[in-house]
Amino acid sequence: MLVIDNLTAEIDGKTILKGLTLTVNAGEVHAIMGPNGAGKSTLSYVLAGRTGYEVTGGSVTFRGEDLLAKAPHERAAAGLFLGLQYPVEIPGVSNLLFLRTALNAQRTLRGEPEASGAEFMKLAKAAAEKLGLPFDMMKRAVNQGFSGGEKKRNEMVQMHILQPFMAVLDETDSGLDIDALRVVSDGINSMRGADRATLLITHYQRLLDYVVPDHIHVLMDGRIVHSGGAELAHKLEAEGYSAIAA
Amino acid sequence: MSALPTRKNEAWRYSDLAAVARHWPVAVEPVVVPAGETHSDIIRASEEGIRHLAISIGAGGAYRLTILDSGRAYGRIALDVTLHDGADFQLGAILIGKGAQTIELVTTVRHVGPNSTSRQIVRAVAGGTATTSYLGQVAVAREGQKTDASQSFKAILLNRGATANAKPELEIFADDVKCAHGAAIGEIDNNALFYMTSRGVPPAQARALLTRAFLSDALEGLDEATTEALDAEITSLLETAA
Repeated sequence: MLVIDNLTAEIDGKTILKGLTLTVNAGEVHAIMGPNGAGKSTLSYVLAGRTGYEVTGGSVTFRGEDLLAKAPHERAAAGLFLGLQYPVEIPGVSNLLFLRTALNAQRTLRGEPEASGAEFMKLAKAAAEKLGLPFDMMKRAVNQGFSGGEKKRNEMVQMHILQPFMAVLDETDSGLDIDALRVVSDGINSMRGADRATLLITHYQRLLDYVVPDHIHVLMDGRIVHSGGAELAHKLEAEGYSAIAA
Repeated sequence: MSALPTRKNEAWRYSDLAAVARHWPVAVEPVVVPAGETHSDIIRASEEGIRHLAISIGAGGAYRLTILDSGRAYGRIALDVTLHDGADFQLGAILIGKGAQTIELVTTVRHVGPNSTSRQIVRAVAGGTATTSYLGQVAVAREGQKTDASQSFKAILLNRGATANAKPELEIFADDVKCAHGAAIGEIDNNALFYMTSRGVPPAQARALLTRAFLSDALEGLDEATTEALDAEITSLLETAA
């Protein structure tokens, strides 16, 4: 699904990723944990293709294609989804218009027919209901006036409507209360499947109690320094990153 | 004012004076809203030229003016608005400049009677080497107690060669008034742009959506059919603005 090989990247001339290698197969859920400044968010932005994050070496192959050669919207159409740590507010653009535009732009790029108004509304209603986001909020401007938890739910609603092959979720658990964490976790779990994969980027083991990963990787100073199974989360929580890395 | 204006004249400082000369002198068009009546108009300006409207709103009258100014090499709309007792003036204006166009909106809103209200929302987009300007004066006479006036101007520059000018001016002689004004000139929000493209919206379409959303403030309060019609016009105008 996703093969990252010896990836190096910098922002403003400062090297953040220093040779990151990671393979995520279809059907798997991986978690990346690591201290502040390790490069977790940089990795997610590099994968999504954000301007300002410059790849200086290595390669990323997504479903057999060179991901780094694609523009951000082409990566989305290829089936990559980035759940943001801080979802952006877009005044004046309704959630429904935004998502319908995004879905149909993706479909057009893939050579598929666009979703009709009725088909889209059905998808949107089902996704909002599943993630416990009042449908009224779908009509409001994107994320505007949403609480932290509502913004994260909205990210999940978007993911369910867009149905990506791979979701990279950057601290989707931060700022969630227990109930919201459960709803969001259910949302992630329901996307699990043989032809999909998920990369969770998180600070805390809490989310991993609900979404049990197949593999956990420790990211420190721009590299994966340790990998293990789901049990690694508790060990990290108990002993800290430095102990594991040493 | 029949002498051709010069750069020294503050109200013409950002004008395309060669174009002004072609359209000089300008006939003043009177607009009268009788006391107690409510009128509304939409001005779609798309051919080069200057218009000067003298708008008088009688006691208790209300006037809503919507302006969509775009697609002309030089365009200037000047509004002289006089508000009598309890009158209300609402302006929503959209200025779209592209290429080397110069689009200007110059307003003078005079609150001459008590309890009158005015609200001006002006949104501008400039691409290419276009210039968009808003010069807005609010004058409250000694008799204009309890005036409630506001003006808001925001502009987005689509690239580095584009210009937006804002010149708010308040002249207040009454002591019990509310006058608010704000002006901001910026660029398209890059965070929003990235967010939209990361969901699959191509950059050009994302820019158009964000720009249209930005402009829509000026259409606030219009009925749904009018808003939709103007939205469609704006969308097609924006397609060629960058």
